[in-house]
Order: sequence, then structure tokens, then C-alpha cells
Amino acid sequence: MLNFDEKVDLSLDSVLLIYREDEKRDGKRPNRLNRPIMMGQSMVDEATAAGNTTPAITIHEHIVEIVSDSGEGAQKAGQTFGAVSARMGNGVWTVEIIPAEIQPPARSPAGASGIRIRLASKYVTNMGDEADLVVAFNEQVLYSRIANGAYKEGTVVLLESKWRDDPVEEIRAQYAKAVMEFRANGLVVHELPIELACLELTSSPRKGKNMFVLGMLCHIFSRDADTARAQIADTFRRKSDEVIALNIRLFDSGMAFARDHLALHFHIPPHPDQGGRWIVTNGNQAVGLGVMASGMELVSMYPITPATSASHYLADVFHQVGGFVHQAEDEIAAIGFALGASFSGKTACTITSGPGLALKTESLALAVMAEIPLVLAVVQRGGPSTGLPTKVEQGDLLAALYGEPGDAPKVVIAAATIAECLHFVILARRLAEAFRTPVLLLTDANLATGVQPYPRPEPSAEWLAPPVDQSTWDEEVPPYAWDERTGLSPRPIPGMRGGEYVLTGLAHTEQSKVAYDSDSNQRGCNLRSRKLAALAGTLKPPKVHGDESGDLLVVGWGSTVGAIEEAIDRARAQDHKVSSLHLRFLSPMEPGLKEIFGRFRMVMTVEINYSDDPDAPLITDDTRRYAQLAWLLRAHTLVDVDCWSVVYGHPLQPGMIHRVLLKHLDALEAIH
Amino acid sequence: MFGLTADWSHEIFERYFTLGDYAGGEARWCPGCGDHGVLTAVHKVLRDEQVVPEMTVAVSGIGCSSRLPHYMGTFGFHGLHGRALPVACGIKSRRPELDVWVATGDGDCFSIGTAHWIHAIRYNMDMTMMVFDNAIYGLTKAQTSPTSPTGMHTNTHPFGAILDPLDPLTVTLGVTNVSFVAQVVDWSPPLLYEVLKAAHRHKGLGFVRIVQRCPVYANNYVKDLLGHPDRILLLEHENGIPIDNSVARQFRNHRSHDPSDISAATDLARDQSVIPVGLLYHNPNAPCYEELSSRGSDMTVEQKLAGMNAALDTFTI
Repeated sequence: MLNFDEKVDLSLDSVLLIYREDEKRDGKRPNRLNRPIMMGQSMVDEATAAGNTTPAITIHEHIVEIVSDSGEGAQKAGQTFGAVSARMGNGVWTVEIIPAEIQPPARSPAGASGIRIRLASKYVTNMGDEADLVVAFNEQVLYSRIANGAYKEGTVVLLESKWRDDPVEEIRAQYAKAVMEFRANGLVVHELPIELACLELTSSPRKGKNMFVLGMLCHIFSRDADTARAQIADTFRRKSDEVIALNIRLFDSGMAFARDHLALHFHIPPHPDQGGRWIVTNGNQAVGLGVMASGMELVSMYPITPATSASHYLADVFHQVGGFVHQAEDEIAAIGFALGASFSGKTACTITSGPGLALKTESLALAVMAEIPLVLAVVQRGGPSTGLPTKVEQGDLLAALYGEPGDAPKVVIAAATIAECLHFVILARRLAEAFRTPVLLLTDANLATGVQPYPRPEPSAEWLAPPVDQSTWDEEVPPYAWDERTGLSPRPIPGMRGGEYVLTGLAHTEQSKVAYDSDSNQRGCNLRSRKLAALAGTLKPPKVHGDESGDLLVVGWGSTVGAIEEAIDRARAQDHKVSSLHLRFLSPMEPGLKEIFGRFRMVMTVEINYSDDPDAPLITDDTRRYAQLAWLLRAHTLVDVDCWSVVYGHPLQPGMIHRVLLKHLDALEAIH
Repeated sequence: MFGLTADWSHEIFERYFTLGDYAGGEARWCPGCGDHGVLTAVHKVLRDEQVVPEMTVAVSGIGCSSRLPHYMGTFGFHGLHGRALPVACGIKSRRPELDVWVATGDGDCFSIGTAHWIHAIRYNMDMTMMVFDNAIYGLTKAQTSPTSPTGMHTNTHPFGAILDPLDPLTVTLGVTNVSFVAQVVDWSPPLLYEVLKAAHRHKGLGFVRIVQRCPVYANNYVKDLLGHPDRILLLEHENGIPIDNSVARQFRNHRSHDPSDISAATDLARDQSVIPVGLLYHNPNAPCYEELSSRGSDMTVEQKLAGMNAALDTFTI
């Protein structure tokens, strides 16, 4: 990680800076260099050079960022680049860098907007550690990325150079100071006249330079130009032919620019073919696809970041499967509307984030009490309160389990991957109906905006909700004909002759009659709780990643699976006896945990939510507050589960977790 | 003979519904409460319109009036305080064939559920909405409601309610896509019946404000009206509520009012010196949200799978 406190003396790099200073000042279009300078000859893989002046170097992984002011299209360029790379067979993970404001002030560190794309010759499950290559549309936005530890010594920065000649003296000074600082601290900065080059093709380069940059990246990483052009056409399919043509011209120009002026040229071989067809989506699109594949016909929502893009996607395509997105007047109405549809026999879905979950608690408790199937997807962001709307946190776990006053047992599952965002919605709908309960599906901002290729599901009629049952109800069967062992009961649906009952949020008998007597209330609570035990009985113990026993077991949940397992693999490669397991079911808890934990000397969770650092001021064994999963596991297993968690607002990275593992192993060694 | 087939008459007699088919548990409202009369009128409308009981859903929030579903023999949903309308709209969204009745009160609808009231008017889904307005919170024992008259003594305002009451009619009439606004008093059972029947027949949201008695906590509210029958103004029109002789005799003040005239309706609502009863506004042609929200309900499994695959195609590499 780049650290500005350590002054590294690095002479101004001239290795890859090709653009002639005099031409740039004259404002002329840069000419092709006669002699592109290569990186270390030993690294060149001659076989992959595809007729370009600079042969491509074969590498197996690279992390690229495009960072800009808001509205400069960095994310569109990055998503397109990621999709092209996925089409060419690379493992890909992209994650968006999103400011909270729509149009934050230009050239401000806080306004940094952009995208990170991690490419590899293997399946990629997380954003990785420091970036290798950055394209920056101004120098100021890089400061926030540096503060986030996104770069390292040697990270190559392709920086828009127009600010050097800006009419405003302050901007010129800022730019010069930044470039000097970046270089002094180890970034390899190449100043490039990107906008100037775009001016050849468009009068508004601010809008078009993202495709130019896409062209540059596609050259640098030897992407197939036709695949990229097809992807651009798809990206702009709603726009006119002229717009598509212009963007393709900008792309071509960017490719040529990189070919002519940059000696950066890599080849990342495809990862071994996994067979079958793959799709590339982000996690919110996956949730939307899951809703469609589950046969649910209604999503009732209220706008909230970062959940809403799932509904945007559905609003676009839901009609293809006969579905409808209802934008309600508020979060409470959104879940109320969904509950109405579910009650009427059409199990519905509502999608929200933290503050929306808080507003929905009373309705959620009603769904538990009155046993109404419902799918509630929660795309977690930083909290509490409005918190960090665009940034990731796993802070809603306890709220999901225990947010309601009174005892409200319900199913809570968490997707760990983007593919699971899709499949778990289908699972959630089935569980909700089978167990007559709300099911909370937790995802997070990392999954929501992350993009990854995964096997294309084959939609099945069995995934769809069955038609609404309108047969005659046996009047001998009460509306809550609880099975004394499982708490399960069949559900009368409006339209079923003889099934008439009045659903109520008040304590009730199995006839759904309001009952305030002790026995009825105790019985209702017992049976609603036993449903979870019945479900738990169908689950298998979780699979351990790594050896089944050892020194340290890391337990995680949600979007951190990729980073945790990558860190575990690194530590295991260093002969450390570490393993991990990742929970998908949080309520009921997956079985067998205590037994698995018993096979390790130490168990700890790694999470993105708050916990007290045991070494922090005032913190003692008595006062220390644990991370949320750790809290649950300690209560559930009576094992002294430790934890490490941070609320930086960004996804966990394998390097970070690896360091934590080593520290805990050291501590364990000291005890030994 | 007379064009009637034996089968047709057989079907009618097999499923002829009586008042008992719509009745649930014994109503447990206080003696003298206006809610009893509304419940009776609802049962009669359902019987006279021969609405199929299992196709009927009574939805309510929380409060005295919201106990109504428990006294119905139909399906019912007794949910959360203020949230009857979102639930009712959700039921209607994908099952538009269900006959939905909403029972709510002045606190439930005009206070905690205000947002849903405004937006339900705008959605204009085809259902009957009854606001039992007794100007007091009854179930929680005598707190000021949005419609409590200034000076009314309550447990939250023992020295008298301090704000002017909210006027539900002007608010409702001011909302985009409003399609049916009626007002009635609970002490005129024939008019109550006719108003609810008209609201039920209306295609769209039939909004009915029922000014009614709470003999325990707000008796004076109604007593004042009973003592000043001149304050009640009966609206008459050929497109309005049918009025029989008993109703015409009960209310001495009559005025002709064309329910298609929203300006005249608003003027009537704004006139705080009278309580208009009958149909204030009616637009039978306002669009209903379920016409949009229920689209695609009839799709086959094959069509759905094809639609799903088309969606996946756009992401396939």
C-alpha cells in the first residue's frame, strides 16, 4: 500500500512516457513515436504480440482503475471493458467507486467517481489489493484513492494532462504539485493529452473521452476490437446510430493512441474454459433476474441507495415475464403493498437498504406474526442512520435477525457471490411459501455494484411460483392448522371457498381468532419459532475451505467470501494451518458449527461492520463489543469466537485479511 | 320460457348468499357505537349485490373501526395502524377480481396513514374505502384526532383541542385522479346503505367519510349535530345517491348538486357551516392503477421462461 509518510526517492520515470513535451505544448496532435520503449525484455512474450509495434507481455492478473469526476462516464467505460474481458475468457471483478452526491464539485478528492476492474487468467472473486494501472481524468480525484490505499509503489497512472495548461493558475499549481507528489511517492505517472486527442472527433470531449479511454485499455490489454465495438453498440443500444458511430470512432482513436504512444501492452490469457454459457451481471441485476426466475410477479419498492438499481433493472424487463414494479409512496407502503399481494396468493418482493429496513420493521413483524410469505432483499450500505449511502457495510445482520420489538423469528440468508444474488431470490421465494414466513436476503453495496461472469442459469418451470390455488378449502382445517412438531400449516388464499379467515397482527388462535390468553400466545410463539428449527433440520453443515482442522478458522458471511478465501489460500501457501467457512444461512444458523469450531485452536470472524479493537482506549474484556456475526456465534456455540472487522466503507481486500491472519497466528504462537 | 334455463336458475339457488354468509364473530364495539350501523350496511350491500364471500376481502388498520374484518364472514386483513391502504392496494394489484373493502378511522387514515390516503386516491384502485370518523381516538382512550373540533376536551388536550380540525373532504377532492367522494352520517341507515352501495358500484376508489358517534369519548361531537339538524345538507341529483322519503324527511336542508362538478364539490366541502351528505364528486372514467399493475397475470409458463431467457441473453457472453 502506498504510504505518503515514507518518502521514496524515485526519479522521474521516463521509461514509458512517450509523448513529446514540445508537441504537447504546441497543442498539436501527438505523433506516433518512432521507438516505443519496452518494459524489461525478459518479460516479453513474443508469441502473444499480435502485429503491434510493442509486443505484449503475458501476465496473469492485473488491476485497473478509471477515476474521474462524476458524470465523465468512467463507470460505463469500465463496465464495457470488464464485459469485453469477460467475453474474451478472463476472470473479471469490477467494483464501482461512487461519490454520494450526483454532481459533486469537479476536481475534488471527495468527488472521486470511477471503477476498478480486476482481470485474471483465473476465476476472480473480489476486488484484489492495490491497483496496477490507473487512468485518471484529473489529479485531485487520485488523492482519495491514495488515502484509501488503492495504489502501491509502481502503480502506473495515465493522467489527463490538460490541467497543466489550464487558464486558472490555481489549477495549474495544484496539478504540478500533485504530479510531483505522486512521483515522489512511487507512482509512475504518464501525462497524456486525452481530451485534446478526443477534440479531433468531438466538440464535447468530456462526454466522449470515456470511450477513448476504453480504446486505450483495449489496446493495452490486447482486447479484440470487434468484440469491444459490439459491446459499445450494446451499451448505447438505446441511443441513435450517430451516437454509436461516434463512440466507436472515439474507441478506435483511443486504441490507436495507445498503440502509437504507449509501450504498455499486456496479454492476459483466458482462464480454462469452465464449459457452458456464462453471463456477466452486477449483483443488483442478479437480484432482478432472480425475482424473474422465481416467478414472483410484483416488486414493490421505494427509491434508496444502493438497492434501487435492482428495481431499475426490473422496471426495464419485468414485463417480459408478466411482472410489475410498484414504486410506492414510502418504504412502509412498499412493504405493505407487497404484503397485500402475498396475502392474496402472489408472493411478492420488496427491495431496500438500511434506513428502509428500519422503516419496514413493523410490517416485517406483522409478516412474522401473521405468517405471510414475503421476500425482502436488503442491499446493505454503511450505517447507522443515513450513514454511507453508496458504500459497503455488513451492518444490518443483527437488525435483520432482531430488528423487531418482540420475538420475530424469520429466515435470514446472505448471498456471498453475484451468482448467489440470483439463485438466493429463487430460494427465498420457495422458503417463504414453504415456511409461510418472511425471508430476508442480505446482499451489499459490494455485490450490488460488483460485476462478475458466472454460469448462465437455465430457467426452470419448477423455479416459478405455482398458480394461485383456488380450490375449495376443507373447512375442518383451521387457517393456522399448525403441525405441533414443525409449526408448519397450509395457507388459505382469498378465492378459496370455505377458506375465509381474518388475518391479524394480534395474538391469535389457530382459527385466527384474536386471543389474549396466556396459552394461545405462548403456543403461537412456540410454533412460529419451531418453523426455523424445522428448516434447520434440512440444512447440511457448512463446508470448510482448507483443512478440516488446524490453528485458525476464519468465519465470514456475505460478499467477503472471495477476499477471505484468497487470503486463506495465501496463508496456506505459506504453510499456515488456517481454514475458513462461509455462512449463507444466518437464521436459522447452519448446523454443526460448534463441532467444526472445536477442531481449531482459534476461531474468528472477519466482517465489514463495527467492533471494538481490543487494544483501543477504554476497551477491556468487559466493554469490548464484537462484530455482528461473532456476537451471534458466541451466543450460539459458547465458543470464544474472536473477530476482526472494519467499517472503512469499502470491500475487504485479501492482503488486508492476510495481514490480520498472520497477526492472529503470531498471537496464537505466543500463547503456545 | 322467458329465456331462462334450468341450469341458470339452479346455479343461482345453489349460491344465493344471505346476510349470515357475510357475518363473522359477534361485534364487540361499545353499545351505541356508530360502527354497528356501518357493519350492518356493509353486510346488506354485499347481500344485495350477491358478492361472493370468498372473493371478498375486508382490510383494516388499527383502531375501533379496524375491528370490522373480524365481524365479517369474508377474508380479512387486520394489519397495522395506518397501513390498511397499502395492503388493500397490494391485494388488488395482482388479484383485481377480488372485492376489497377498507375500514379505517380518522386517526388511522387522516393522521398516521396520511401518505397512504393521498396516494391511494391517486392510484384509484377499484375498492370501497370507509373512513369511520368519530373525531376521537377511541381504542387508545380519548386522544385528539385530526378531525377533533377546536376546544374538544380529550386526554391529550384536557383544556380543549388547540388546532383547527383537518377537513378530509377538501384534501381528498384536491388529490389528482380522485374519482368518488361521498359523506354520510351513521344515524341515517338508509342513506348509509345507499352511499356504500354507490361507492361499491363505482369503478375506482369509492371514498366515503362516515361522520359517526363515539358515545363513550366524543358524544358531544354528534350531539351538537343532532341538536342542529340544519347544519346537515342533503345533496340531491339524478346522478347522485338515490334518496327515499325517509331520508328526505330526516334532513330538512336539501340542495341540488351535480356530482360531476368538482368545483361545486370543493365549495361545498370548504363551507364549514354545513355538513354535506350524499355524493360530492363522481368521475366514473378515472383510470385505475390495477389496469397497469395486473398486466401479465395471464402469462403462461412457456411465455415466462421465454421472457426470462431473453433477459439472460442480454447478459450472455
